[in-house]
Amino acid sequence: MSEDRTRLSPAARFTKWLVSGPPFAFLLLFFVAPGIIMVLASFRYPGEFGGLAPIVAADPNTLHGFTLETYRFFFSDFIYTEIFAKSFLVALATTLICLVMAYPLALLIARSPKKNRGLMVLLVILPFASNFLIRIYAWMILLGPQAALSQMVNGLLGVFGMAPVHLLFSPFAVLVAMVYVHLPFMILPLYTNLEKHDPALLDAARDLGANAWQRFWCVTFPLSLPGVFSGSILVFIPVLGMFAIPDILGGTGDMLIGNLIKEQFLGTRDWPFGSTLSIMLTVTVLACVWLAARLGGRRRRYA
Amino acid sequence: MALLEIRNVTRRFGDFVAVDNISLNIEAGEFFTLLGPSGCGKTTILRMIAGFDLPDEGQIFLDGKDLADTPPEKRPVRTVFQSYALFPHMTVAQNIAFPLKMARCAPEEIRQRTRATLEEVRLADKAGHYPHELSGGQQQRVALGRALVSQPRLLLLDEPLAALDAKLREEMQLELINLQRKVGVTFVFVTHAQDEALALSHHIAVINQGRVEQVDEPSKLYGFPQSRFVADFIGHINMLDAQVLEAAHGHTRLAISGLGEITAPPVAGVTVGSKGAFAIRPEQVRIGIHGEVAELKNHFPGEVRNLLYCGDVTVYKVQLVNGLMIETLLPNSAPGRAEFLEVGDAVRVGWRHDAGVFLHE
Repeated sequence: MSEDRTRLSPAARFTKWLVSGPPFAFLLLFFVAPGIIMVLASFRYPGEFGGLAPIVAADPNTLHGFTLETYRFFFSDFIYTEIFAKSFLVALATTLICLVMAYPLALLIARSPKKNRGLMVLLVILPFASNFLIRIYAWMILLGPQAALSQMVNGLLGVFGMAPVHLLFSPFAVLVAMVYVHLPFMILPLYTNLEKHDPALLDAARDLGANAWQRFWCVTFPLSLPGVFSGSILVFIPVLGMFAIPDILGGTGDMLIGNLIKEQFLGTRDWPFGSTLSIMLTVTVLACVWLAARLGGRRRRYA
Repeated sequence: MALLEIRNVTRRFGDFVAVDNISLNIEAGEFFTLLGPSGCGKTTILRMIAGFDLPDEGQIFLDGKDLADTPPEKRPVRTVFQSYALFPHMTVAQNIAFPLKMARCAPEEIRQRTRATLEEVRLADKAGHYPHELSGGQQQRVALGRALVSQPRLLLLDEPLAALDAKLREEMQLELINLQRKVGVTFVFVTHAQDEALALSHHIAVINQGRVEQVDEPSKLYGFPQSRFVADFIGHINMLDAQVLEAAHGHTRLAISGLGEITAPPVAGVTVGSKGAFAIRPEQVRIGIHGEVAELKNHFPGEVRNLLYCGDVTVYKVQLVNGLMIETLLPNSAPGRAEFLEVGDAVRVGWRHDAGVFLHE
């Protein structure tokens, strides 16, 4: 690396900075700086009418300066840990459902004739062509009590003498939409991985006496683990912080971390606590990514 | 009864006939080679034996049992693939243990047989390594060990030496011969390299355009080719257009167009007037300036046009009086070149009356 740099001519060095400068400045300004502000805000008191209390106050009786109060508050009430745990479970469930649903599809695309694969991938990413919120509102209609799906389910439940259920504004609706939105993020990395597998390996496994089940679990799946990990990260992390879907499709009891954070900034106007929650979320996500990278990285070494 | 019998097998891909009514018998314990140029159908035959492809017509029998309804994973046949197809996520030991695991052998048995096989292919010290950490020759040995560990009836080898450099290829040839002798498994080897086929095999089937040209021992195939294709494909050979003048009991007299009459070994089933080619190997053709060539039954004057010094031998291209080119070679057993012939020298070439073959058209 350093050797490369010494070989660059001054003009080349200038070009390098010219090209990498703007994105670097962008990240510094809109990512690093807000991050630092957020960390600082989490150690302060909330202002009387929102915002933050001053660091230095004229009246010593008003709240001011730095404090660990918000962190103490976070751990003082079990409900916040509980919301974290619930969000974690929703993210985990979404990831697993996406994995189970995406794997066969990714395998199907990867083993289709080459000329068909482009079209199939295009179909997978086609939903992105329409607005995210519009698609979520569409689910509101699809899951509504007057919609065919609800009518059918409740009709069926009625036959067995069970009480009708409400599909909309339920954890079920949240999970369905979470899976729906994030499925392509699982399919694409899986497909990219599976497509690269050498078909001769499956021939070899078959030749050596492995049946279809053994070929999948002993060859295809272990070799696809890097794809499984990247797909899982791409689904797990956004789901953990998602607030729009629970807001629109969830019931009042379906609050996740994302909603809680949003609530601190827009509802109760407690910026320090909102910052603390955001930091806890970031730490959790980083821990997950680190764990996945470690597990995935170990596989990738010889894949 | 032959271990493997291929009976009237045909395989078509669209209009292209890859394998055209082929019948072969492969005996237990032999090293059998399918030799032919690329695209001749030899790999298709191999894939049909392994079960990855099915014949359109005909049958394949192993130990007298028709294999048509047996999928590849159930056949007691193993393949060493051209690319080796080692599992990259498994160690050498895990790769070799794979077929035993698939067959759900007892852990103790798996351990013992894996260790024995590792010894057999001389990789005991590499058991914990991953394939990408090994050299080409070592990867090759893993592939062999993995294929042999479950003691198959038949081992198929699809151009396994093609990816190795010349020196290593020679080493692996010796290793293959020794391994085959040691384990006693029947090997069916596919190659387009005639020298490899001659060096390794007990029997060779020469395949051309989906048909069997000749099945024979290496020395018979080289010495007595039965068709122009076989003569030309295996080794170097001089081919002269010829017509039968006399078909006697002990010899044949042939007219070589533009050259004259020669005496050749007897040929069964030809009549006077039959047309064909007289084929003779370069090492059977003598060359000299002095009288020694004149003692031979067939000899002609010519002129050295080209010479190739190859180290062990020198190859001379001699133009005969009628314009025909004849290739001959001399071993360089003496220091320097054996004979000090140069381009442009007037020489005589000749061969014994019992050398060469007449190939009927």
